[in-house]
Amino acid sequence: MSTNPDSKKPNITKRRKFFSNVARGVGLTALGGMVWTGYVEEAKSAPLILRPPGAKQESDFLRMCIKCGQCAIACPFDTLLIAKPGDNKPVGTPFFIPKDIPCYMCTDIPCVPVCPTGALDEKSVSSIVDGESILDINKSRMGLAVVDEESCIAFWGIQCDACYRVCPLLGEAIFLEHRRNERTGKHAFLIPIVNSDICTGCGLCERACVTEKAAIFVLPHNVAQGSIGAHYIKGWKEGDEQRIEELDMDDVITTTPISELSPEDSLNLDTGLFDD
Amino acid sequence: MIDFIRNHRFLILRRLSQLTLLVLYFSANAYGLSILTGTLSSSLLLGVVPLSDPFAVLQMLAAGAALSSTVLVGALIVFLFYSMIAGRSFCSWVCPINMVTDLANWLRRFLYLNKTEKKVFIGRGARYWIIGLTLIVSVITSVAAFEMISPISMLHRGVVFGMGMGVAAVLSIFLFDLFAVENGWCGHICPLGAFYSVSSRFSLIRVKHNQPNCTLCMKCKGVCPEKQILFLVGKSSGDVSSGECTNCGRCVEVCDDDALSFGVRNYINKKRIGEI
Repeated sequence: MSTNPDSKKPNITKRRKFFSNVARGVGLTALGGMVWTGYVEEAKSAPLILRPPGAKQESDFLRMCIKCGQCAIACPFDTLLIAKPGDNKPVGTPFFIPKDIPCYMCTDIPCVPVCPTGALDEKSVSSIVDGESILDINKSRMGLAVVDEESCIAFWGIQCDACYRVCPLLGEAIFLEHRRNERTGKHAFLIPIVNSDICTGCGLCERACVTEKAAIFVLPHNVAQGSIGAHYIKGWKEGDEQRIEELDMDDVITTTPISELSPEDSLNLDTGLFDD
Repeated sequence: MIDFIRNHRFLILRRLSQLTLLVLYFSANAYGLSILTGTLSSSLLLGVVPLSDPFAVLQMLAAGAALSSTVLVGALIVFLFYSMIAGRSFCSWVCPINMVTDLANWLRRFLYLNKTEKKVFIGRGARYWIIGLTLIVSVITSVAAFEMISPISMLHRGVVFGMGMGVAAVLSIFLFDLFAVENGWCGHICPLGAFYSVSSRFSLIRVKHNQPNCTLCMKCKGVCPEKQILFLVGKSSGDVSSGECTNCGRCVEVCDDDALSFGVRNYINKKRIGEI
């Protein structure tokens, strides 16, 4: 096309065509990319989802799960479900609802070895016995059972130990603490206490709980637990002080937003409470 | 009747292939039949051979997953099968969405929608941009991006594990292909089909055209879901060499003049014409 300064028609050169096509391609890709990224970021967020035994930490699990469903097919109790569109969970990924069907903690853990990608990690649910690696379901950490003291009838003084009795690690993951009932003066509370180091999150307790809505229920670890910071020492626990010597002090955070001010100021100043 | 079967022989075989695969996958979950266990994303053939979706694995690698060898071997097997031998036949012989889009296409022809509609323009090159976009979004969101929205997986998982709202996704594809763009999903959008188009560029099984027999009736172009690849019809003999050909065989079966047939690509005799 030749340039004609007198013509009213815009001059569409090959170069113009090329650049506008590139701009269109890049622009539409950016448009699609933003919509798609936004959707995926929302769709993969399921902070309360409970994963099969041996599942990697959630962000890695979502990276690695290919959504083939072989774990759910292998599960003999139909505990594991595959998220359908409409379940409001990352679509195609496995999960379970303890109140419906808990994990019955098969000793041969059929759901884990079938995972083709390693999203369910065999090593994390294996123990070394006599130099040999054997599957050990007790090492799984699917979640943590949490007791709501307000709705647990054992805290009212009514004798109920359903969760304790049904626990596959009876006396370890859940144990009963005997406390004096001052109200009657002659009875004991039999309080269920969960040991967070041992509980696997199988959910048998949630399934067994007798209250209208379960007073003991399984939550993912990162929802149920806080983190104290590695520099705190249990002075009364043998060996805990040595632990701190093995720490890489560069990784230890000793200041929090609260500790930046003096104790008096951090509790009494109203900075941050008001906008002024 | 004999003529009908003759004129639909590949269509019948394809439906048989697609449905048989669905039945086998369904039976693995429902009845414990371990011929094909899993879903199209990843499965185990006869309890031994891993098969995985190479495009899903590519996305997972882009998302930063450290995958175990099982899934990598499975992806390699599938990749080599299509890229060396079968061409893009996943799309027409395996993919369950193909049945949905073929129905939309048939309705389109039956109702003469092509003659009455307003054209919505999306180029057939869009799918190759979408491959790139899939990988970019996978990097950004740290999760296999297409697997989060793939209607193929939703339909296939739906058959094995229950549809849920996946029905809406499948219906959307149907309506899009019926009323928006002819061959809209499979021929313009789907990055999985586009992936196989690129990777099966040099596969062996090809449709061959024998030009002297051609009477220019153009029935083949009427039924072909990727019309642009049949540009050589009536002009020159040779292989349909584009990777966009799904080896569905519709052109071969509608041809009354023996001008089209399946064959093995001729790599030794370099007389082939019709390179894109």
